[in-house]
Amino acid sequence: MAKKVAFLQGNEAAAQGALYAGCNFFAGYPITPSTEVAEVMSAELPKVGGKFIQMEDEIGAMAAIIGGALAGSKTLTSTSGPGLSLKQELIGYACIAEIPCVIYNVMRGGPSTGMPTGPSQSDVMCAKWGTHGDHPAICLVPASVQETYEEVIRAFNLSEKYRTPVMVMPDEIVAHMRERIVFPEPGEVAVIERTVPTVQPEQYKPYDTSFGDVPPLAAFGSGYKFHVTGLNKMQDGFPTTKAAIVQAEEERQVRKVDGNVDDIVKYEEYLLDDAEIVVVAFGSTSRSARFAVNEARKQGIKAGLFRLITFWPFPEKQLLALSKKVKAFITPEMNLGMATGVVKGVVEGNAPVHGIFRVDGEPINPGQILDKMKEVK
Amino acid sequence: MAGRYELRFSGAGGQGLILAGVIMAESASIYDGKQAVQSQSYGPEARGGASKSEVIISDGPIDYPKATVVDALLALTQEACDKYSSDLKEGGVLLVDSDLVKTLPKGNYKTVSFPIINTAKNEVGREIVANIVALGAMVALTGVVSKESAEKAVLARVPEAFIELNKKAFQMGYEKALSAQG
Repeated sequence: MAKKVAFLQGNEAAAQGALYAGCNFFAGYPITPSTEVAEVMSAELPKVGGKFIQMEDEIGAMAAIIGGALAGSKTLTSTSGPGLSLKQELIGYACIAEIPCVIYNVMRGGPSTGMPTGPSQSDVMCAKWGTHGDHPAICLVPASVQETYEEVIRAFNLSEKYRTPVMVMPDEIVAHMRERIVFPEPGEVAVIERTVPTVQPEQYKPYDTSFGDVPPLAAFGSGYKFHVTGLNKMQDGFPTTKAAIVQAEEERQVRKVDGNVDDIVKYEEYLLDDAEIVVVAFGSTSRSARFAVNEARKQGIKAGLFRLITFWPFPEKQLLALSKKVKAFITPEMNLGMATGVVKGVVEGNAPVHGIFRVDGEPINPGQILDKMKEVK
Repeated sequence: MAGRYELRFSGAGGQGLILAGVIMAESASIYDGKQAVQSQSYGPEARGGASKSEVIISDGPIDYPKATVVDALLALTQEACDKYSSDLKEGGVLLVDSDLVKTLPKGNYKTVSFPIINTAKNEVGREIVANIVALGAMVALTGVVSKESAEKAVLARVPEAFIELNKKAFQMGYEKALSAQG
């Protein structure tokens, strides 16, 4: 039988991806340009026995998805920059309490209310450092409607596998544009379920590292009682200030992601074999970059594209290796240099990094990238 | 069809231009077996303000989802025509509402002009289907999707009670554009 196809917006595809991954609880507060996710979830979740709730504000929505996840659900919220700022306190809480959940954030102009209907890529640092303290960060940056669907599924899988919040961050262009999408059959794409305890309830510890860096998580209401806090905690979940435990637990939480970079980092290489000028780009900007690379090749410029699909953790070792064999990097992005700064740090001066920055609500067009290629070649 | 074909539907917010673009893209992508991307830009206003919807159609994968050199432009207001016609390509199709767009951009375009909104209001019977009249006209003038696919795509988007109205709007736009083209 032919597969089901549709012509969807990125945001609509995100909601469909969440449903495929088994999301059964959504809490959010409407905000342009992400509201379509809430719209679809409010219509679809009741049909599959899930729950949708519009909360009083963004941090309330974050609290609700943490609570839902602790009760055993797969949970999602959707928002945009101003909402992401408001959620930060509880994103930190989800990191330290190790609560799997997915935050879908559509990037629009900022800071503050910024430009609600204009595209941007300026929330990528907020994905890592928006909440204070050392903590694991996973952020996925899809570039098409199909990929938004797939990356939302992957976000749920990573959050369950590593027991940590995961962010998916399309820019407004990807979130609002429409493309053809081909839906996978049920079972075709792997869906990961969280590890639940096999010990008796009285023996259960919510942060029991004898099971490895990712301890099993019981659902409230399933007979297991345990303590959850934002304080540094011991294996039984109760607070501690014992130096050795705090140090080890902080390191373990970060290690869940930093120790599994190869499993989490995803990227696409395009015409890199003989490339002298490499564009490093993500989201809709990577589509401008691919267009520019194709044009450059026609004009005899050896250009290639390294497309980030995972933004955090950053593909450091791949870019460092690449930096040893290319002449220059070009980093177009709809912010004032966030990825550019990271790339500069990673490539250790092996090749110059030329940024192209736009924050005027207009996309970076292929001509701008092509001009920069001619300038630096 | 070789390479990219770029269409832009522009006018004021509330005229249904985003939907017209979506239907054009669905005609190509779902019914004609081509690739298509539809995107839009609009201001914070729910109504009014210049609004545009862009559709890229190609036989192969589409990288950049926005227009680069526009092959065909629809402008339903003077403001939209002034704002969005600068990257219409030499020899490209320019369709405007003759009642609302009095000053045409300078350049060598295949300009077609007829009272689109007035046609919807007085000949089809409802102003709300002006976007479908315009869509029919754009299908006729560009030939980038088949008429059959476009009609199917229109009807798939329309509630049962409004099928005849939209069929009529599409057909009227299609015919009027061809006769206005001369």
